[in-house]
Amino acid sequence: MEDDSGAPPPYSPLPEFSEKGPRVSATTSDQVIRRSSGATGDLVFAWLCKGAGLLVLLLLGGIILTLFLGGLPAFRHFGLHFLVSTDWNPVEGRESYGAAVAVAGTILSSLLAILLAVPLAFGIAFFLTELAPQWLRRPVGIAIELLAAVPSIIFGMWGLFVLVPFVQQKIQFAFGEELAAIPLIGFLFESSNYAGTSIFAAALVIAIMIIPFIAATMRDVFEQVPAVFKESAYGLGATRWEVVRSVVLPYTRTSVVGGIMLGLGRALGETMAVTFVIGNANRMAGSIFDATTTIASVVAMEFPESLAGSLKQSSLFALGFILFVISFIVLAISRWLLRSRLKA
Amino acid sequence: MSMTETNPASGFGGVQARSEAAVSQQARVSVRNLDFYYAAGLPKALKGINFDLPERQVTGMIGPSGCGKSTLLRVLNRMFSLYPGQRAEGEVLMDGHNILDPKLDVNELRSRIGMVFQKPTPFPMTIWENIAFGIRLHEKLNKADMAARIEWALTRAAIWGEVKDRLHTSAMGLSGGQQQRLCIARTIAVRPEVILLDEPTSALDPISTLKIEELIDELKRDFTIAIVTHNMQQAARCADQVAFFYLGELIEVAPAAQLFTAPKHPRTQDYITGRFG
Repeated sequence: MEDDSGAPPPYSPLPEFSEKGPRVSATTSDQVIRRSSGATGDLVFAWLCKGAGLLVLLLLGGIILTLFLGGLPAFRHFGLHFLVSTDWNPVEGRESYGAAVAVAGTILSSLLAILLAVPLAFGIAFFLTELAPQWLRRPVGIAIELLAAVPSIIFGMWGLFVLVPFVQQKIQFAFGEELAAIPLIGFLFESSNYAGTSIFAAALVIAIMIIPFIAATMRDVFEQVPAVFKESAYGLGATRWEVVRSVVLPYTRTSVVGGIMLGLGRALGETMAVTFVIGNANRMAGSIFDATTTIASVVAMEFPESLAGSLKQSSLFALGFILFVISFIVLAISRWLLRSRLKA
Repeated sequence: MSMTETNPASGFGGVQARSEAAVSQQARVSVRNLDFYYAAGLPKALKGINFDLPERQVTGMIGPSGCGKSTLLRVLNRMFSLYPGQRAEGEVLMDGHNILDPKLDVNELRSRIGMVFQKPTPFPMTIWENIAFGIRLHEKLNKADMAARIEWALTRAAIWGEVKDRLHTSAMGLSGGQQQRLCIARTIAVRPEVILLDEPTSALDPISTLKIEELIDELKRDFTIAIVTHNMQQAARCADQVAFFYLGELIEVAPAAQLFTAPKHPRTQDYITGRFG
């Protein structure tokens, strides 16, 4: 390489491009200018990116701090009792607040939603990757992505006017007594609340909202399974279901669980749609047809009615902090499960 | 060349030996006028293939990449049926039945015609479960019979000694060569009649390759074997009969010794002497 620098090239294509002007000298001066400006731009760009990255940390830290400081008076006033108390009494002089109902409502509605959503999402993913004819895969895939794009307020309205009456008429009125008569688990369906707005209606709405996320994750990881693994199982004479159960699912287990956890994370924080259909009653739910409330719903409903600096507002901040912690735990678990990607 | 030692039964006398072999060996699978299309509109990937897999013999399939040899394997166990659009025309006869018949139970067919792939494909489960998986698809065995079958399969695949103390550990922890023998064990555990090997040693080191080749020699006492290989020495070492494919056509099929020493077709001659491919 070193010899080349001084010696002229044996054949130069330069004359062919001569219409672009005296190339050699221009290139040299251009390079000097471009290099210096490039270096500055690089520096600016690097700092902008660094700033953007740090801003995320700053925002997150700020939110946690605000929630914690806002909730601190309530935590101080009630102590750990705040976590187990089912009170929510804003009457002056007898003020008492507790997180238990909202926390239980949040976790129960989310878990019920996951129970409803996972089998359906699995069915969708299985259909899309193994059964659907090629021409149907795209339309159904796009429809699922569209479902994910529907704003949650729409689900809330639709839930209140369609799902709630459906739950009331077609499920609770139609099968309530039969369900309540089932031994051992009958109590889950026994309720004196006949409004239809219930933890079950909330779970249904949440399920519909998180199905797209879970189904899309499952479809993507199912598609990542190398064809040769599936063919090996088919080669032994396995049916499609046997291949999915024994090869695809074990192979994608961690990612599937991770996808479910992401759905759970969304379910926990869902506010508007749930507030529409859960009934917003500060009562511990004993049955899936009971009206109760969730953390997000309590905060959304009560915040406009709480005075700045009051114990009530502090309790709402404390609830927010608890929701943050729960969501963080779920997210951490999902990240941990998604950490080991497929090894092929 | 060592092929004379491994295959002392192979003939050398050109046409004479070939017809003798054809007469003395009953065909286990017969391919008749087989055409194959990967998709409508694409040219044929296989053109009018006619040949037999003789019972309890090893048929080597050689040819340059893209010549159709792997495609043919995938027709024999209907693996292509998994992919919409792929289509085979003609006949592949086994016990007088055409396996291309759309009404045929492909799961049962695949239990009779097993396949081992280029890359070892152990399932993400224990060694025991890997073998039991295939057996359970077709048979209900009690615990003792299952244990006996698994030991039999692993022994036949020449890997029993290496894994007998770790049957309940993950199969992913085995070496590549061990994984491939495990896959062979998994295939024979279902007790197929025919075993299809698609370049079974191309991802393995020479020692593992040697073990698999010895194994193939051993297995042909019980199974009819078809092996696709890019390695002509391997075909010479393992196969009784060799088929040479080129651009979707079967150019020549003959006893191994004959095909490698006195090929009849000039293209075969060019290929085995390394002039192209």
